[in-house]
Amino acid sequence: MPTRKELLDMQFIDARARVIDVAAFLDRIDRHPGDGEEPRLKALRRALPILLSDSPGRAKAVLEALSDTSDVMPESAAFQGATGAPPASEPA
Amino acid sequence: MSYIEPHAHMVSRTTDDYEKLALAGCEALCEPAFWAGFDRSSPQAFHDYFRQLTEVEPARAAKFAIRHFCWLCINPKEADDPGFAREVMTLLPDFLDKPNVLGIGEIGLNKNTRNELAIFEEHVQLALDRGLPVLIHTPHLEDKLKGTRIMLDSLANFSGLDPSMVIIDHVEEHTVRMVLDAGHWAGMTLYPESKCTPSRAIDILETEGLERIWMNSACDWGVSDPLAVPRCMLEMKRRGYSRETIRKVAFDNPRDFLSASTNFNLDI
Repeated sequence: MPTRKELLDMQFIDARARVIDVAAFLDRIDRHPGDGEEPRLKALRRALPILLSDSPGRAKAVLEALSDTSDVMPESAAFQGATGAPPASEPA
Repeated sequence: MSYIEPHAHMVSRTTDDYEKLALAGCEALCEPAFWAGFDRSSPQAFHDYFRQLTEVEPARAAKFAIRHFCWLCINPKEADDPGFAREVMTLLPDFLDKPNVLGIGEIGLNKNTRNELAIFEEHVQLALDRGLPVLIHTPHLEDKLKGTRIMLDSLANFSGLDPSMVIIDHVEEHTVRMVLDAGHWAGMTLYPESKCTPSRAIDILETEGLERIWMNSACDWGVSDPLAVPRCMLEMKRRGYSRETIRKVAFDNPRDFLSASTNFNLDI
């Protein structure tokens, strides 16, 4: 089992790059025309503060924040595919 | 190091990929029936697909000394049309006794609809009637949590079902514990963009344990990597895991679950 320092040596640069990528993505969205707060963006903004939590289980909490938690079960699908964020009708 | 690839869609891959898998140590792979990236125009198209899974792919794999097994069903996405799905299911009895068929899969939900659930439950009943193991697909992205819960509730209603005969695939941090607590096996899919990265899969092993869990590439026609399992094995090695532990996850665990099928046999 590696120590915390050994893990940082192995993975810090990768994690740093991913955080910068998310920051740049949000800047890019702001710079471009269109509706600013569509459901995917709302869901992402809701998930980001979880990263700053001191509790374990951050990955699980982010996944839950990006999940459909409704009880609705339609007869058939209105569309195929997934967007990665809960439907617009869910509370932000 | 030898390993088993328990979930790969080789109909979508080149023959070169079979060679790469063999060079990486893959001894056997299992191919669940799935969505082709488009809806088939007729149930008869599935007859050809099931022939591909039971005749063509085993022969391709054998050229590289890899044992090929498959799972049969109509996939969740095309199961949203129940009339169509039931026509496809009438083809299954002609194929379930083929020597490389392990069981029923990958059944499941896609958009968590009542139509999909009805066909899912008919497949589970078919597996129960024939004493076959079941491989279950969980939905993508935002639909996974809800779909996993729905299917666990449904499976709990099958009184004769042995939960250890069922593997629920594509688990992530928010679904793995509920699957294991229900007594099922859990599969982690290693994808570059969705599902689990190798680092997260190893985290899940660290937090949830090494029992009743496997990892797979689920390589198909989309963004995926047929060598994802050996890459994760390498990452485990970098993180200090012993050969025995790596072998348990990459070889022993899939062998143990797959042995629930009488057709599973690693002898060439």
